[in-house]
Amino acid sequence: MSDQAVSYSIETRDLDLWYGEFQALKRISLQIKGGIITSLIGPSGCGKTTLLRCFNRINERYGYVTTKGEIDILGQNIYAPGVSLIELRKSVGMVFQRPNPLPISVYENLVFGLRIHGERSSLRRSLLDDAVESALAEVGLWDDLKDRLDARATELQLEQQQKLCIARLLPLKPQVILMDEPCSALDIEGTRAIEELMFALKERYTIVIVTHNMSQARRASDECIFMLLGEVVEHDRTEQLFLVPRNPKTADYIEGRYG
Amino acid sequence: MFTATPHILRKQRTERLAHAMFAGMALSIVVPLVCIIAFLVVKAWPSLSLAFLIEPPRNMQTEGGIWPALIGTIYLVVVALFAAAPVGVLAAVYLNEYATDNWFTRLVNLAVINLAGVPSIVHALFGLGAFVLAAGLGQSVIAASLTLAVMTLPVVIASTREALVAVPRSFREACWNVGATRWQTIRAVVLPNAISGILTGVILQVSRTAGETAPILFTGAVMYKAVEKGDLLPYRLTESCMALATHLYNLATQINGAPESLQFATATVLLGAVLLVNSTAIALRVYLRSRKKW
Repeated sequence: MSDQAVSYSIETRDLDLWYGEFQALKRISLQIKGGIITSLIGPSGCGKTTLLRCFNRINERYGYVTTKGEIDILGQNIYAPGVSLIELRKSVGMVFQRPNPLPISVYENLVFGLRIHGERSSLRRSLLDDAVESALAEVGLWDDLKDRLDARATELQLEQQQKLCIARLLPLKPQVILMDEPCSALDIEGTRAIEELMFALKERYTIVIVTHNMSQARRASDECIFMLLGEVVEHDRTEQLFLVPRNPKTADYIEGRYG
Repeated sequence: MFTATPHILRKQRTERLAHAMFAGMALSIVVPLVCIIAFLVVKAWPSLSLAFLIEPPRNMQTEGGIWPALIGTIYLVVVALFAAAPVGVLAAVYLNEYATDNWFTRLVNLAVINLAGVPSIVHALFGLGAFVLAAGLGQSVIAASLTLAVMTLPVVIASTREALVAVPRSFREACWNVGATRWQTIRAVVLPNAISGILTGVILQVSRTAGETAPILFTGAVMYKAVEKGDLLPYRLTESCMALATHLYNLATQINGAPESLQFATATVLLGAVLLVNSTAIALRVYLRSRKKW
């Protein structure tokens, strides 16, 4: 740790995770900064998605998972007693590989978070309308969708669906947005649109993106973390990691010798 | 070039043989059903009519219709449906949405599997002991329906779980990741998308109990009840009733002098009623599924 007071958005210390007997994460110690995009790369099965799913403790909803170590989000240890998973997941939202809007209207998708967290009496129509407009405006969908708010979200184009899935998080005022290969179901145009959106959002939110696509990591992230077999091999500024990797395993991976 | 060698010809012959054999076995499944229906309808023909359906039996049950038994069976199945559906559906939701792999879940699963394997005559004795005697319900519609409900629980649970599993995991993930509790997820996403499958599945499974004989014989079905023609409310829940399955049994073994066609007509109505409910439920399910898009 440097003496300089740097506040990290996400910090892990000696994080271990097991699925049953299988250890998927080994002694992960990381510091992820706010206000930038950090990408997680590595071959399939290296634990990058598992790590991502630790940051809002959603892993615990899947099967038999044991975790050891510490994760601080915005300085708060999320394994401390008294931490509410509901509050945690409001601040740390997630976007998935395949866009997964709910099979209800665009409008209802966007206010879904507010509805499940707010008292019914506090959810005035004007408040919901404002939330929908500002969330859609923030992801650049307002002009396209303002007349189709009643359309079923599952019938939009994939790119719009994925933007909607990002917009859906925003009314809850998240601090961190986790993205698990958000472009893998999209074409070139869609991918570009999502990447541009990430750039537009990065100053206000901490963005962590898992990607299989090394050129995407290179294009779209400020810092890059390379993982292999459940361990962090290298974490550096993206151009540094791709131009002068310090670890030979990183060099071999980014040159495509395995993966 | 590319001509078949004798070796290849032999393989092709075996392939045709195998194909024919598998198709033949698949076809043979249809044969018994068609034969049963044809046999029943032919034998029952002299007695089948609308009057047969809505008239009470006459002359020591050797003439007339089957209305008291038909309405009795409908009573039994409907009450069993209302008893089995809440318990089975809620248990299935627990098993599918909440349960983690621990001793309690394993115990429940084991109980469900074993309950499905209990012979119906044992269910009948259980119903007699638990509902008729211990609970003091006597031989009644309610006791017989509860017995049927217990019998049908395992399949209600299985079909409900099937409907729940069909809701994509990604919908649940979408909810969890905005901080929804499991119950909020179930109410907002899982149930709305599974309800059509749950309902049709439950109706399908419970309606199959219409043909059960032993469980109701011990717990609520009697040989004869005087019921007016076409009376829709002939029984109180605390009263015993007539039912198609037991009526058929009685006609075949207990009653002298009834024409043979009467038994076959009763069997045809029983089979027809079950097939009608089943095919309606299946058609409904196909229709509801075709409207879903995800």
